[in-house]
Amino acid sequence: MLFGSQRRGSETRSFKKVCLSSVATLSLLAAGILSAAEVNVYSAREENLIKPILDRFSEQTGITVNLITGGADELITRMDLEGANSPADVLLTVDVGRLHRAEEMGLLQPVESDVLTSLVPEQYRDAEGHWFSVSLRSRVIVYDKERVDPAELSTYEDLADPKWAGKICIRSSSNIYNQSLTASLVSHHGAEATEEWARGLVANMARNPQGGDRDQIAAVAIGQCELAVVNTYYLAGMLNATSADQQEQAQAVAVFWPNQDGRGAHINVSGAGVSEHAPNRAEAIQLLEYMVSDEAQIWYAETNNEYPIRPDIPVSDTLESWGEFKADPVALDQLGIHNTEAVRVMDRAGWR
Amino acid sequence: MIKHGAIIAIIALCLLLSVPVLTVFSSIGSASDGVWAHLADTLLWDYIAQSLMLMTGVGLLVLVLGVAPAWLVTMNRFPGSRLLEWALVLPLAMPAYIIAYTYTGMLDVTGPVQGFIRDTFDLRFGDYWFPQIRSLGGAITMLSLVLYPYVYLLSRMAFLEQSVCVLEVSRTLGAGPWRAFSRVAVPLARPAIIAGLALVLMETLADYGTVQYFGISTFTTGIFRTWFGMGSSTAAAQLSAVLMLFILALVLTEHWSRSRARYHHTSTKYSRLPQIRLQGLRKWLALIFCAAPVVLGFLVPFLQLAYWAWDTRHLVDFSAFSELLFNSLRLALTAAVIALVLGLFISYAKRLQPNLLMRSSVRVLSLGYAIPGTVIAVGVLIPFAWVDNSIDAWMQQQFGVSTGLIFSGTLVAVVFAYIVRFLPVAMNTVDAGLGKIRPSMDDAGRSMGMGSWQILRRIHIPMLRGSLLTASLLVFVDVLKELPATLILRPFNFNTLAIRTYELANQERLTEAAASALMIVLAGIIPVIIISLSISASRPGHDART
Repeated sequence: MLFGSQRRGSETRSFKKVCLSSVATLSLLAAGILSAAEVNVYSAREENLIKPILDRFSEQTGITVNLITGGADELITRMDLEGANSPADVLLTVDVGRLHRAEEMGLLQPVESDVLTSLVPEQYRDAEGHWFSVSLRSRVIVYDKERVDPAELSTYEDLADPKWAGKICIRSSSNIYNQSLTASLVSHHGAEATEEWARGLVANMARNPQGGDRDQIAAVAIGQCELAVVNTYYLAGMLNATSADQQEQAQAVAVFWPNQDGRGAHINVSGAGVSEHAPNRAEAIQLLEYMVSDEAQIWYAETNNEYPIRPDIPVSDTLESWGEFKADPVALDQLGIHNTEAVRVMDRAGWR
Repeated sequence: MIKHGAIIAIIALCLLLSVPVLTVFSSIGSASDGVWAHLADTLLWDYIAQSLMLMTGVGLLVLVLGVAPAWLVTMNRFPGSRLLEWALVLPLAMPAYIIAYTYTGMLDVTGPVQGFIRDTFDLRFGDYWFPQIRSLGGAITMLSLVLYPYVYLLSRMAFLEQSVCVLEVSRTLGAGPWRAFSRVAVPLARPAIIAGLALVLMETLADYGTVQYFGISTFTTGIFRTWFGMGSSTAAAQLSAVLMLFILALVLTEHWSRSRARYHHTSTKYSRLPQIRLQGLRKWLALIFCAAPVVLGFLVPFLQLAYWAWDTRHLVDFSAFSELLFNSLRLALTAAVIALVLGLFISYAKRLQPNLLMRSSVRVLSLGYAIPGTVIAVGVLIPFAWVDNSIDAWMQQQFGVSTGLIFSGTLVAVVFAYIVRFLPVAMNTVDAGLGKIRPSMDDAGRSMGMGSWQILRRIHIPMLRGSLLTASLLVFVDVLKELPATLILRPFNFNTLAIRTYELANQERLTEAAASALMIVLAGIIPVIIISLSISASRPGHDART
């Protein structure tokens, strides 16, 4: 083509024109067929824990929601590689560290929304609007009601005290919630002190870290350990489970809110941000706003026993029964900033 | 001679399919912010040691569970032997992560078995001894129970194809049945056994679900921890590259140790295999020995899943379920057909043109099976997104039109990843079959004026029917079970049975996950049984015995 004659060049141009006009016709056609607005969601929250609320959103707004679920890191990698052409509009994660990482990688754009800024407390959103939390959970200590005197319990730091030798169950350090908890300690005490703490904790473990949070609760219930560190909604889920076994195991333990005389209990969030290259930006913001609406917030509270992000929304009966607690006011992006350091600290401390 | 165009096309195809693996390899030179120094100080040796122990354990156990029953059911008659012939393959339908979930649910400290022990004998935890299911030993057992069928299948195929003459010669030289097994049959079946073992070991190295669930630090868990926990995708890719070198060394060692030995069959005389009717204690021992892998690897977890599924049946949405099943089946079918065709052509091209380029590209391709699905997926994402974005940029520049992503985020990417990951299974199986067809058959065809294509169509394909069926069904079942690559690469609003199972299990709702897990197993049983029966019927010069 490059060395073609003039005539050929004009052929190329007319070919271009044909292409252009046919593309234009096609896109008009497509616009006609796909007149319904849509929004594309990459969600680290599993389908059964997000789809019902997205369906409600579609019913109310007529906006079609397209969903892919997966691990946050995989989804972030996919967004990153897809680049400017990524179809993703909204990234939803169940941990703030991942939102922070996506922001750092330039995958999220700042959003200005009065609804979001007025409803989501300042502590639980990015200052520039890269991400907003939609629900909260705390990582708490649960203890064997029969064998542990709650007066003995006090803080996360205290879990490294030799008095708990062989009595603590906690899952692997590969788990993101443990990474975030450790990151919060790094941000409060620095890496060195946290490593010291992690060594103490490892020495106190009743068994090699294994299983999920529900497994830790069950292990306390049957007496393999006396304490476990778990997310609140797992215990609430077991208390409301259909299986009688799970209910029984959950009833054998009680919640202890750590660090209430100090900074407060460790908080993590699930949250969302609008993608940097979002093709449907307006719909994406609309979806985020819906997620902090009364309806969505109540659904989160009731269905998954999470704490609503809005203080004015009532919590579920199970959470209500655990009473009020003081939350660690650390800026959430600190958990993301210290994640890598936290993993290294845990590696060095031999926390599997 | 095959036409040069065809050879070039096949080499180009091999290169195309090697792109994801090479993408991972290409990370070796990049810097990784001291992650390696940190790893070397802390967990690297753990990863290596645990991976080696896992591979050794699984390797030994699958040899015991695979080779001996294959010999017993092929050469002997005992109660249930006809049934066990095909039932021994059933665990192939059971994904490793599902058997791990199931046994943990049953045998963990909090499970019903230990609960029963505590209640019955009025004990507390720690008053009694019980094996720890979430341990290295547990992982070895779980993986072996679902992976031994590869060794069983391939060694049984080899035993069925052996010539009675060789066995009779060994008899005349004074060898009893045991020596005929250990000194004649096993050495002759070595390529098949090794091929099965290689598949098992590669699958073991690639496993993430089981080891992660059991809290064992292997290379694979290390890759994920480095990537996710430390946010270093470079170091993670480098770990994967090291993993691949590991596999490559393994493959080359085997190849070298086989040296110049060839395993074509020299006799065309195939009479009925002399089956010994076992008597007394022996027949019961044989029954127990052959039934144990089926009971533990299939029956027990299957019944437990069925029980859980029945318990949670009110939670199952059947219309959603049929869509999941349909999605799983069509992906599996597509991948199986493509893998079969590619596997056949590549193996045949290698037979015709065993030059260095051909052999090395096949070797690179065969690494795909040992690489964790997530790593393959990223290896697919990178080039696909690059191509899509380049086309988009070009179209923007030329026509001012954005084409967006064309291949990324479609089922094309998903199926491509399956082919990269599972083509080695098809290639291995076809290769093993082709290896047994003597080159003189090709010469005979050629002397009758057939071209390479005709030889393939009229001689090899009919002779390979059994191997081809097995190859495609193995890929079919593997794709049904596949999780991580599907999870990352799939398009919007697309789910499979494996994804549903994983999402529920990940929320620690094992009983609710049982229904979809059971469906995966059920969907896999039929192809597995077909494989099994076709192998029984594969003895040359013989009609099916069943």
